[in-house]
Amino acid sequence: MAADIFEYAPAPESRAIVKLKSEYGLFINGKWVSPQSKKKFASINPATEEVLAKVSQGSQADVDKAVKAARVAYNKVWSKTKPKERAKYLFRIARLLQERAREFAVLESLDNGKPIRETRDVDIPLSAAHFFYHAGWADKLEYAGYGDNPKPYGVVAQIIPWNFPLLMLAWKVAPALATGNTVVLKPAETTPLTALLFAEICEQAELPAGVVNIVTGDGTTGAALVNHGDIDKVAFTGSTEVGKLIANSIADRGIPATLELGGKGANIVFDDAPIDEAVEGIINGIFFNQGHVCCAGSRLLLQESIVDDFLTKLQSRMAKIRVGDPLDKNTDLGAINSAAQLSKIKELSESGTKEGANIWSAPCTLPAKGFWYPPTIFTGVTGAHRIAREEIFGPVLSVLTFRTPNEAMEKANNTPFGLSAGIWTEKGSKILWAAQQLKAGVIWANTFNKFDPASPFGGYKESGWGREGGRHGLAAYIKGAK
Amino acid sequence: MRVDVMKTYKLYIGGAFPRSESGRSYELKDKKGNFIANPALASRKDLRDAVVAAKSAFSGWSHATAFNRGQILYRMAEMLEGRTEQFVAEIKALEGVSDSVARKQVQDAIDLWVWYAGWTDKISTTSGGTNPIAGPYYNFTIPEPLGVIGVIADEKESLLGLTRGLAPVIASGNTAVLIASEKLPLSAISLAEVMATSDLPAGVVNILTGSKSELIPWLASHMEIDGIDISGADKKLDGEIKRAGTENLKRIYRFEKDASLKRILSFMEYKTVWHPIGI
Repeated sequence: MAADIFEYAPAPESRAIVKLKSEYGLFINGKWVSPQSKKKFASINPATEEVLAKVSQGSQADVDKAVKAARVAYNKVWSKTKPKERAKYLFRIARLLQERAREFAVLESLDNGKPIRETRDVDIPLSAAHFFYHAGWADKLEYAGYGDNPKPYGVVAQIIPWNFPLLMLAWKVAPALATGNTVVLKPAETTPLTALLFAEICEQAELPAGVVNIVTGDGTTGAALVNHGDIDKVAFTGSTEVGKLIANSIADRGIPATLELGGKGANIVFDDAPIDEAVEGIINGIFFNQGHVCCAGSRLLLQESIVDDFLTKLQSRMAKIRVGDPLDKNTDLGAINSAAQLSKIKELSESGTKEGANIWSAPCTLPAKGFWYPPTIFTGVTGAHRIAREEIFGPVLSVLTFRTPNEAMEKANNTPFGLSAGIWTEKGSKILWAAQQLKAGVIWANTFNKFDPASPFGGYKESGWGREGGRHGLAAYIKGAK
Repeated sequence: MRVDVMKTYKLYIGGAFPRSESGRSYELKDKKGNFIANPALASRKDLRDAVVAAKSAFSGWSHATAFNRGQILYRMAEMLEGRTEQFVAEIKALEGVSDSVARKQVQDAIDLWVWYAGWTDKISTTSGGTNPIAGPYYNFTIPEPLGVIGVIADEKESLLGLTRGLAPVIASGNTAVLIASEKLPLSAISLAEVMATSDLPAGVVNILTGSKSELIPWLASHMEIDGIDISGADKKLDGEIKRAGTENLKRIYRFEKDASLKRILSFMEYKTVWHPIGI
């Protein structure tokens, strides 16, 4: 099958546009400061294992300093800045991100391992769009449906994951600033570089010192931030496991949290679906961003009558996925973000085989260096298998089957998660019926993995608390709003 | 002289009025120390039965039309109005308040049921909507009920206190397990009689009487309960309840305002649906 692939000449994006420093400090109170511990750790390119830069390990003392800076900025500057002026800072940031979009796209691909096609067309434009969208809200909050005098919380602690580093920053920082909060943000340990470049954007935008503080580090830095006594709100995107720890640690303090956690999305294909479009949708649903997507369509539910035909087409399409250099514009599937994530994917895949499911991986050549996993599907999966229950967070699809629409809904909802679901059918009434039955916060019908600043995103059940984006997402940063 | 027929105050689970499976009850006296009743002292097993009943009722109630839910909540107000004297008598006996204070409480509770009855078919309009996304897609967001909600009734203003918690939860289509006021449980059980005669489907509201300190931990840790209104619990328990609730990330809230749209929306979840536009 591999021979069917058209040969493409490499089309690498130049990395010259990115000027990395060898070491980075922490961005606190508008200044670059060394971490108190003087400890630095490397951020590597997961596609080559090359060290990109050394970043600072933020400690309790650094977190204290950052929270204090955010508090002072809130009290003395940001809460006194007129909403329409606040808006203009956000508009500035949006524009600066657009101006430097290519630089961000290349850096994101280098640090994360995701294809340049995605960073260029999805991550960075959406990040800028998020700031542009929320900028407009800043002086119109009294029209948002949260009362005549909506108030911010104050200082918000924000912790973001490594799968969409800059985009998750935008999802957190833009609404927080628009509503008048100041923030201390901790980027993910393996992908801190675009957040640090974003600090430069804050400088260029002349954002008042202390409104945005960026403290890099590992899980202990995040814990120090969440447990800090002077924060008013926590916003976290990451695993359900850590989300529960955070919920637990704030239980006694009466501060609220927004949690965007894991998922095990069902992508349901009915026998009356547009099959070719559905195949593309399934591919996009699980292989977009190497499957490092909390709302990935990681469980394919196929109606029994179309299983054979559909799987043939799906496997044929999977064989045409181009795996390799993230900076090559032809690349579809980049590197797995870290060695740790790769071993988690491998461990769960092995459990699939052990528990009796059938594995098939696309025949592709993986680069010798870096962290890679081929596009993979499991057939013969039952609801009891770990690969049907646990989030793999990699390019691995579990295929289950159903006979009746009701059975499809039962299987789709048979999970503690409830983030996303996909519906594929040409029948309008069936779409609306299924959308009603599915317990998920985002439902894509005849499409998948679409995101927009105006569209609320977030999960049911153990996929989290609250929404991000749209009018509904504003509630996360307005005191007492629901 | 005629001897009164005294009422047996029992639980309300799945539309039936069982005693506690534990066989336990506790003695309730009025302010002067006179015996009033032996309400059931519900057990963990009763709570689990109540959750099963609430879970079974969820699909039907959440998919009933908003209009239909509104009609039923209004019907409850009608039934309450007709039973005003019964509630006034129970409130006077247990709370030791005057006739006019008790009467005012019943009237306020009736009006609150009417207020929430009118909300059922407005929630999606005020709180949902279409989203203008940058692409050829139709995209809308609607609020949906969460599932099974635990409601801890207030220890004061027995009928009004529990109405504040219960009405917003079921108005949107959730089903509920109510832990009645420990000291003032009579209104809760009498309200069950109202529900049983208002076409409210069995299991939509389930009522447990007994010891809060015994029941609340089981409520907080139950994996099939999706949210809890803790307004009626001792504030000192907030941390403990929230910690127990993290295992399934329950939505747990304490409310300050007596009646609000927020009380409804707190136990709802936003669902956003995308579909391509094209020919």
